[in-house]
Amino acid sequence: MTQVDTLVSNATLAPSREAPPASRSRWLSAYFGTPGNALITILCLGTVFALAKLAIGWLFVDATFVGTPAECKATSGACWPFLSAKMRYIFFGFYPFEEQWRPLTAMLLFLGACLVSMVPKVWGRGLLVAWVAVVLPVLYVLMAGGYFGLTVVPTTQWGGLPLSFMLSFIGLACALPLGIALALARASNLPAIRVLGVGFIEIVRGVPLISILFMATVMLPLFMPNGITIDKLVRAQVAIILFAAAYIAEIVRGGLQAVPKGQVEAGHSLGLHYWQIMRKIVLPQALKKVIPPLVSLFIGFFQDTTLVTIVGLLDFLDTVRTAMRDPQWQGIAVLEGYVFAAVVYFVFSALMGAYSRFLEQYFRTTHD
Amino acid sequence: MPLFYDARIRAYLYQVIAVGVVLLVAWVMFSTASANLAKQDIATGFGFLARQAGFVITESAITYEPTDTIGRAILVGIANTVKVSLLAALFGTVLGLLVGIGRLSHNPVLSRLMLAYVEALRNVPLLLYLLLWYSLIISVFPPVKQAIEMLPGVFLSNSGLVTPALHWQSGFAALAAALVVGVAAAFVTVRVLGRRRIVTGMERPIALFAATAFLLPLVATLLFANISVAWDVPELGRFRLSGGYHLRPEFVALLLGLTLSVSANVAEIVRAGIQAVSKGQWEAATALGLSRARTLKLVILPQALRIIIPPLTNTYLTVFKNSSLAIAIGYPDLVMVSNTIMNQTGQAIEAIAIFMGVYLGLSILISLVMNWYNARVALRER
Repeated sequence: MTQVDTLVSNATLAPSREAPPASRSRWLSAYFGTPGNALITILCLGTVFALAKLAIGWLFVDATFVGTPAECKATSGACWPFLSAKMRYIFFGFYPFEEQWRPLTAMLLFLGACLVSMVPKVWGRGLLVAWVAVVLPVLYVLMAGGYFGLTVVPTTQWGGLPLSFMLSFIGLACALPLGIALALARASNLPAIRVLGVGFIEIVRGVPLISILFMATVMLPLFMPNGITIDKLVRAQVAIILFAAAYIAEIVRGGLQAVPKGQVEAGHSLGLHYWQIMRKIVLPQALKKVIPPLVSLFIGFFQDTTLVTIVGLLDFLDTVRTAMRDPQWQGIAVLEGYVFAAVVYFVFSALMGAYSRFLEQYFRTTHD
Repeated sequence: MPLFYDARIRAYLYQVIAVGVVLLVAWVMFSTASANLAKQDIATGFGFLARQAGFVITESAITYEPTDTIGRAILVGIANTVKVSLLAALFGTVLGLLVGIGRLSHNPVLSRLMLAYVEALRNVPLLLYLLLWYSLIISVFPPVKQAIEMLPGVFLSNSGLVTPALHWQSGFAALAAALVVGVAAAFVTVRVLGRRRIVTGMERPIALFAATAFLLPLVATLLFANISVAWDVPELGRFRLSGGYHLRPEFVALLLGLTLSVSANVAEIVRAGIQAVSKGQWEAATALGLSRARTLKLVILPQALRIIIPPLTNTYLTVFKNSSLAIAIGYPDLVMVSNTIMNQTGQAIEAIAIFMGVYLGLSILISLVMNWYNARVALRER
């Protein structure tokens, strides 16, 4: 090849390099650019199609939509009549049948109140007062009864989704102040208080939630004076609160460490004492920084409340399991309940996850 | 009250009050508990550990008979917990690494598929998945009477997979020793040849040398040592399979559930770690002409590892603690064995104290090991 030839070929190469790739070819190269890439695409699509075929076949094609248990047994697909027959039990457990409008109302009220509280603009003291003074008492009266002519329903008959919501959300709401107190104890200058804080946090974080639930349900009655019994639901709730508080404490500690020391020193120079500095200067900044990880933690705990079924509480997962063990449907609806429960948990968790990402975005774009 | 306004005195006062309250609560609980126990005629103490257990444990990583002591039963529980969490951590890490890298792929189909995988696992409670896998295994496979014989001596049924078991007559120690020697020899070979290559710059097939060093002792043992094994082949009786090695559905469901949950967490950690490595590193490696796979292996992963280790520690601690969910599907882990003991002997406080103590001790051990590893790979800045 002569020098001229090389020059010519370079010259012809140059413009083609600068030409923008057509959008169609870019799209193609993303999926089938190299042989390896094409192979990956084909393998993935194959997997997706195989799974989709399996799922659609079971969920819709071979499924029974209306009918009796016997008709369900005849087909190989999903058995949807099971869900419609057992729906009220799955959602509300052993709550008296005629009174089930009460947990339903309570749940809707609760979800509505949560939805309103999710907007960062309404956060403030007023919202807190509204929850403590209005929403929670109304929820309690609706569930437990005893006032306004509502019949009393003991906690042993509570169950299903309202119970799951209550255990997770009320548990976390109570755990938050405790967790903040523990984080402050851990960051304290006073050695004895620091040791107590560290000891509690590390012990609770080092053991599984089940062991704390066991402790609350099996061991706690032994520590109670004769004649005093605490409701099983309350005991499990206390266990969840203590467990969540230790994890919240570690997250809040991260936030406390992220607040510059100068903020505390500035507070001191203004003559404020410890609690004023913490309440007015440090905590507002620290908590704002840790809101996204806190929401992620909340998702985890919403899922962890399923463990109460192990100590015999009738939460949503447990009502689903009991419904499947019903003699009428046993051996027919083996998976339908679990799939339904998985969808319910997925939807709530994914919504909270999306909310967490929204908060992260919100605090990145607004002040600090 | 001028004393009360002295900051130091106040600090002491707060601490004394805090410690005092804790001690008071502890004392009240202790005295009521011992009064309650005395009333119920339950002897306190750990003497019950030496008693005969008398219950069957369906699966154990160490030998166990119902005639053994309760202490031995607890050891079985610990061994089972450690076994399932170690395996789940191992498989989950490998799977999670692949999923995490797949999530960053330029191929949109692959990355979205991996995203769906991670989201499906992270947004549904682990307990629900365990129950789902368990009932799936139970319902999909046929009952024992119609067990499928996949290979001669390998039976698959809803009570699990049964394969022929190996019983070593002799030569087991020699083989194990050969294995250890082989691993050590391969390790030394890689180190020595690697250093030689750095000094001399000459390319040698290190992998080949290492494989030879690993296989040589094994081959020598197989040829010259007296090795004899007996096969314990399972037989299909009228109601059950007898003999052989039994992989139970409880174990498989638990291992599967834990592995998948670890893999989803590891995938997210790996993705975050890789994304935290600055883009310039990718560009520099590409400029040097390294392929994407080699860039990942030689440049990106070693740096990402530093970011990955601490959250990975948390994941391992979580899987260890989550293995306690075994009780829901009936795999005899530490919690389930303790629960059985609690029901049989009534020693609730001691049983719970033992298993909480074991979890706490092993948790601390895991974090110590991982912190040691973290300190080794951490960036050393002057």
